[in-house]
Amino acid sequence: MSDDTVRTRAAPTARGRPRPGALAWAPALTLGLMLGPVAAGLAGTVAPALGWLPALGGDHLGTDAFEALRAWPGFPRAAALSLFTGLGATLTSLAAVTLICAGWQGTRVFHAIERGLSPLLSVPHAAAAFGLAFLIAPSGWLARAASPWATGWERPPDLLILQDPNGLALIAGLVVKEIPFLLLMTLAALGQVPSARSRTVARALGYGPVAAWVKTVFPRVYPQIRLPIYAVLAYSMSAVDTAIILGPNTPPTLAVQVVRWMNDPDLQLRFQAAAGAVTQLALLAGALGLWRAGERLAAGLGRRWIERGGRGRSAAATRVLGGGAAAATAGALGAGIAGLAVWSVAGVWRFPQATPDALTWRSWERYGPRLADPGAETFILAGAATGLALALALACLEAEQRYGVRSAGRALWLVYLPLLVPQVAFLAGLQMLALAAGLDPNRGAVILTHLVFVLPYVFLSLADPFRAWDRRYAAVAAALGAGPDRVFWTVRLPMLVRPVLTAAALGFAVSVGLYLPTLLVGAGRVQTLTTEAVALASGGDRRVIGVYALAQTAAVLLPFALAGAVPRVLWRRRRGLRDD
Amino acid sequence: MIEMAVTTRSAALAAAAALLLAAPVRANPDPADWPAVLAEARGQTVYWHAWAGSARINDYIAWAARQVRARHGVRVEHVKLSDAAEAVSRIVAERAAGRHAGGAVDLVWLNGENFAALKDQGLLFGPWAEAIPNWRYVDTGNPAVTTDFTVPTDGLEAPWGLAQLVLYRDAARVPEAPGSMQELLAWARAHPGRFTFPQPPDHLGTTWLKQALYELTPDPAALLRPAAQADYDAATAPVWAFLAALTPHLWRSGAAYPQTGPRQIHLMADGEIDLAISFNPGEASAAIDNFELPDTVRTSVLDGGTIGNASFLAIPYNAAAKAGALVLADFLMSPAAQARKQDPAVWGNPTVLAVDRLPAEDRARFEALEPGIATPGPAELGDPLPEPHPSWMVRLEEDWIRRFGVSR
Repeated sequence: MSDDTVRTRAAPTARGRPRPGALAWAPALTLGLMLGPVAAGLAGTVAPALGWLPALGGDHLGTDAFEALRAWPGFPRAAALSLFTGLGATLTSLAAVTLICAGWQGTRVFHAIERGLSPLLSVPHAAAAFGLAFLIAPSGWLARAASPWATGWERPPDLLILQDPNGLALIAGLVVKEIPFLLLMTLAALGQVPSARSRTVARALGYGPVAAWVKTVFPRVYPQIRLPIYAVLAYSMSAVDTAIILGPNTPPTLAVQVVRWMNDPDLQLRFQAAAGAVTQLALLAGALGLWRAGERLAAGLGRRWIERGGRGRSAAATRVLGGGAAAATAGALGAGIAGLAVWSVAGVWRFPQATPDALTWRSWERYGPRLADPGAETFILAGAATGLALALALACLEAEQRYGVRSAGRALWLVYLPLLVPQVAFLAGLQMLALAAGLDPNRGAVILTHLVFVLPYVFLSLADPFRAWDRRYAAVAAALGAGPDRVFWTVRLPMLVRPVLTAAALGFAVSVGLYLPTLLVGAGRVQTLTTEAVALASGGDRRVIGVYALAQTAAVLLPFALAGAVPRVLWRRRRGLRDD
Repeated sequence: MIEMAVTTRSAALAAAAALLLAAPVRANPDPADWPAVLAEARGQTVYWHAWAGSARINDYIAWAARQVRARHGVRVEHVKLSDAAEAVSRIVAERAAGRHAGGAVDLVWLNGENFAALKDQGLLFGPWAEAIPNWRYVDTGNPAVTTDFTVPTDGLEAPWGLAQLVLYRDAARVPEAPGSMQELLAWARAHPGRFTFPQPPDHLGTTWLKQALYELTPDPAALLRPAAQADYDAATAPVWAFLAALTPHLWRSGAAYPQTGPRQIHLMADGEIDLAISFNPGEASAAIDNFELPDTVRTSVLDGGTIGNASFLAIPYNAAAKAGALVLADFLMSPAAQARKQDPAVWGNPTVLAVDRLPAEDRARFEALEPGIATPGPAELGDPLPEPHPSWMVRLEEDWIRRFGVSR
């Protein structure tokens, strides 16, 4: 049955609604809430980049700021680094996810990978970076475990592993966090295409399992995960926290340098910082263009490869690589967090000991009680922002299907803008807007700001399952006399409870991890686990970092665990909904 | 044409903002009328923006907050920063948005460039520091309490603690502390990869460059005048020669640097470096107490003396609780608060007060303090060298970045 038939059949029930159009405003409202802050933020960045910031004496337009940026001797390298690390991390993550899915989809290993995904998604970026840093540093856990018996090192070797000038450690830190995210998005997309049937057909024609997946499933999955991939690219190019911990500093990436300039006491550097942020945006546009070109090239080459009809029987190499990628990601994140957990109870712990000399609860006694207030604040902010985001996303999607708000539906991709525009390019401007609008630095303002970042992720993970829901159920319910509201609340929502909760958990995770937006709009008065963690981490004590990283991870893990458990409880009596 | 259009629009915006934000403008408190300040402060909440990277410092701030609440009925909220510049950013953004009253920052812990920037832009309340009650005990004989990186404080900020550049080393591995830059270079040649410094423009790293300049430049007296009045190239050439010789022997051969001062503690704890620099003579003792450093670490200064300065407390021009901020700042300058701050078991930061001018009972508080195991006494620290004129710092930083900071 085609999409349009469903729509015409559903239309009469829509017309019969008592308050037609109430929901129709949802997309416009959502777009306004998303685009307003981003547009205002961008304006607040572009203006100083062009020399306009009267508070600092910038009262004429010109290109001085860009010339100052170009005169910074680190500029070419910093820009190249942003491009290289961003494209490198994205390409590596995509390759790893493809290998994992191609090699293992439909096997028991794949189910294990699926189940292990949410804990991996729960590790905040900064915690993952700290964990990885302690793992791979010359004085890190791996070196300790092998020293001195295997390496002969009594002292850590003077090796440049972290902060290497080419940004390889930074790419590694980004990849271990982006693989779980892309995998989650790919899993959702796999549900939208007949992946199992396609593969079965291809296998029947004699294709090896990996070739079958790559040739018949990948071309249909890729368009579905294109947007998440662009988000990964945008994030990787402009990540600040990971880049500060793992990235090079001589020079750093452009995004890090922009943040440094923004925080420099020499206020004239604000202009240069704004020019850098605009340049970052241009770099991202360039990278996206490059990626699009790569897509076309790969599509052309891929089509010829598929048409040649090679059966590619052996799956062994792909399986090993895919399994290796999954194991390395899980291992890096898991061992990283374990390392931080050990640090949180460590007394003296010197190189080359593999474990601390003594264990002590002192760090937990010192910081544990102080986790309560920021912890509660974190839950309030994340709960409110996620609840709002969920309500808006559901309203938009329902409106799109009920009224066929087609134009708005097409414009809805704009919701993803906050994912694509680098934070450094609009946050300073957003702070100005909040101040100019007279918003006091309080919880409400911070919740609205979090919404800008949470909603795109909620929408991203909810939209496809929602749209893919089989509307014949609605037709049946309508035939039995249920109005559209009743269909939504008693048929559609219960059936979609799993993706809804997954979207909520993802949104919650995003909110918990937000640092700069919380700090800039909350004026430091709204203190969350993350703002506390970053402030305390500036002292560099791994014991403190360990305590806060565990607290942050727990705050995110809890909703993911609920998202997994709640449907199972709800569906105890609805066997037809259980897919496992 | 474009300029005019933009100017008109901004004027309109500013007017609109002024209408929107027209908060009732209260008269600023007069620090000379202290009873009135105390009365106004009661019931206020002071948002104190302060770096929060150290548990000991945070504990001390929490203690001070409880004291001020109990004594004067002023609530203090510690706004935890990873860098004092975040508070400066906030104040600038507020002014740009036209919020000239009711600002988010009431008191800020800062010094150096951050103070210079705020003072230069007219973003500070005051003068007040020399009019509050506990100023009478401040050691005004020490120029560091009235000049901040050579910029006169003019009563716009109150001194809170002293700092002096020191070296700390793991004496189990480095028995003899280097007494000069040349000795340090010789040591680094013999022990490659075991010394580093925070990457300029981190203020500690930049101070390290200035320290090298003091020792190596032909005429140190010229450093107290603007760099433009001296032959900058001739004055700094020995420093660049020294750094060119030293850098290949630094940790990671100078291809990476620690980004902050405290990061060095962890590099030393991990055994990656044996020698580091700090601005707080008590920092190593505190780190030993916190299991962060082995108890074999010791602190020293260079033979020719090292650069010293102070850190300060300032009130922004648009602070919402100026009276409360004054009361808090006065408490922090009191003998009781300063003695507790100097206690190595609490923080270990040297006082800005002239201990010999205090009443006997307060003097006794200071005399009872035991220095930490790794903390040098006042005699070992010697008289600090004054900061060079800021123009030297600006050019040193720029040149270092060009020569060493982005070249790899």
